[in-house]
Amino acid sequence: MKRYNEEHEWVEVEGNIATVGISTYAVEQLGDLTFFELPEMDAEVSMGESVAFVESVKAASDIYTPISGEICEINESLLDEPEMVNQDAQGTFIFKLKMSNANELDSLMNEDEYKKFVDSL
Amino acid sequence: MPYTPHTKKDVREMLDVIGLENESDLFSSVPKELQVHGIDLPEGLDEFSTFEKFKTIAAKNVTNKTIFMGGGYYDHVVPSAVDALAGRSEFYTSYTPYQAEASQGTLQVLYEYQSMICEISGMDVSNASMYDGASALAESALMAVRISRKRNKILIDAGINPTYIKVVQTYLSFRDIEFEVIDVKDYQTDRQAVLDKIDDTVAGYLFQNPNFFGTIDDFTAIIEKLHEHKALAVISAYPISLGMLKDPASVGADIFCADGQCLGNYMNFGGPSFGMIATKEKYIRDLPGRIIGRTLDKDENEIFVLTMQAREQHIRRHRATSNICSNQNLVAVRSTIFMSLLGQDGLSEMANLCFSKASYLKEELSKLEGVSVLNKENSFNEFVISTPLESDDLLNQLRDKGFYAGINLANIDSQFKNEILVSVTEKRTKEQMDALVSSIGEVL
Repeated sequence: MKRYNEEHEWVEVEGNIATVGISTYAVEQLGDLTFFELPEMDAEVSMGESVAFVESVKAASDIYTPISGEICEINESLLDEPEMVNQDAQGTFIFKLKMSNANELDSLMNEDEYKKFVDSL
Repeated sequence: MPYTPHTKKDVREMLDVIGLENESDLFSSVPKELQVHGIDLPEGLDEFSTFEKFKTIAAKNVTNKTIFMGGGYYDHVVPSAVDALAGRSEFYTSYTPYQAEASQGTLQVLYEYQSMICEISGMDVSNASMYDGASALAESALMAVRISRKRNKILIDAGINPTYIKVVQTYLSFRDIEFEVIDVKDYQTDRQAVLDKIDDTVAGYLFQNPNFFGTIDDFTAIIEKLHEHKALAVISAYPISLGMLKDPASVGADIFCADGQCLGNYMNFGGPSFGMIATKEKYIRDLPGRIIGRTLDKDENEIFVLTMQAREQHIRRHRATSNICSNQNLVAVRSTIFMSLLGQDGLSEMANLCFSKASYLKEELSKLEGVSVLNKENSFNEFVISTPLESDDLLNQLRDKGFYAGINLANIDSQFKNEILVSVTEKRTKEQMDALVSSIGEVL
């Protein structure tokens, strides 16, 4: 089950590995995506830190990691096909990390809470 | 028609809407002691008197000396076509080309400009110009730090124009960036000292070739070591010299920057000029400033637009690549016209003329008793001489004889009491150079 932060990133956890992407709402706001700058492999990042960057035809935006840990996989196919995220935001990951503090998940929103949050915007 | 667009009635209405008594209330938040009450200006003048007044001021300019001063600004030929074309109102008065549908002319010239800068530097991409050579170098340093991501150390070669170094230091000291200036030895990069400083903490090394003293050097070993440590080589170069020397991309530089005054602009007491930055394609998103792109419109016509704007501050806000959102269009347009008039052969001929004339002057000066040329073997169009006289004294006497004979290096560093930086361009004739040599002979 996915959890969300207020910056519209989602995270899905399997074991100790957290998979991160951006929400459909975020993608709708950005429009056609043209470029991703991905985090560095093995980088230690902490919750809320800007670790990646996405550019669209009308805006540019930082991607903040919703959870702390060590980057262990980046989705390099986004470098050539950023539009994959337009086609399926919820199913396309941007990076994965080894979590360093699973308790952080509790502070994130669940699907319902995130839906209410988006409706309130 | 009054020149001020607001009538008293307009002003009254506006003040009423925001609930103020009078205009000075608008400034009530400025502390009293900081408010200005009246400025002491002389009475206005009519057109004729104004013209006369400015003519008198302009007549104080000295325009009849032969110039051997360079140090970043050079007395090069400016073909009349440059003034004639750049002076056209389509270029001269047009506003920044945000609206592509109304600015195709300006946008196309700037696109051609970028293409030419890429040709002379060998790089893949260029922006549409910066303010000047010094700010372009400082922006290049910030760019190197951005590209390196987590590194924040910049090495600065002391062979760079000292005024550029000051600008770079100003830029860097207000950010969390460490920098170290590495002294030169005998007017040349201290290669071993630079090599010893390169490690995994260095984001980039800034150098100039030919350097401020005119010395041409081989940076291959340094650039190789930089790349081994994933650090960037940032070269500041004299564009005219690229007509003769290997281009920055061929020597392995990652970022090329320069001042563009020498390409079709007068010396103008030091400005306006423009700066250029070009780099490899993979770094385009870290390039500051405007970039013009070529594309197709909905009817498939080839057109030109501002592109990659997500790097810029009006979109990327605080994470923009630079807070410079302007450029030097008109001066860059002049250089584009200049470069197209010269062509590749012209640029290379100009470089060769500068080099060979400087070689002649070096030769003649070294025949004088008491004069030594300190970097005679490997300089381009500029070189350092030393004489038994203090430079101020020598330069003053030569000025009285009709020459701006060079830059007094004592103004740069007090260790250089008797050293002068002499520069030669294609404009200098054999007669002028012979006259300078005999005048120096007379003074000494």
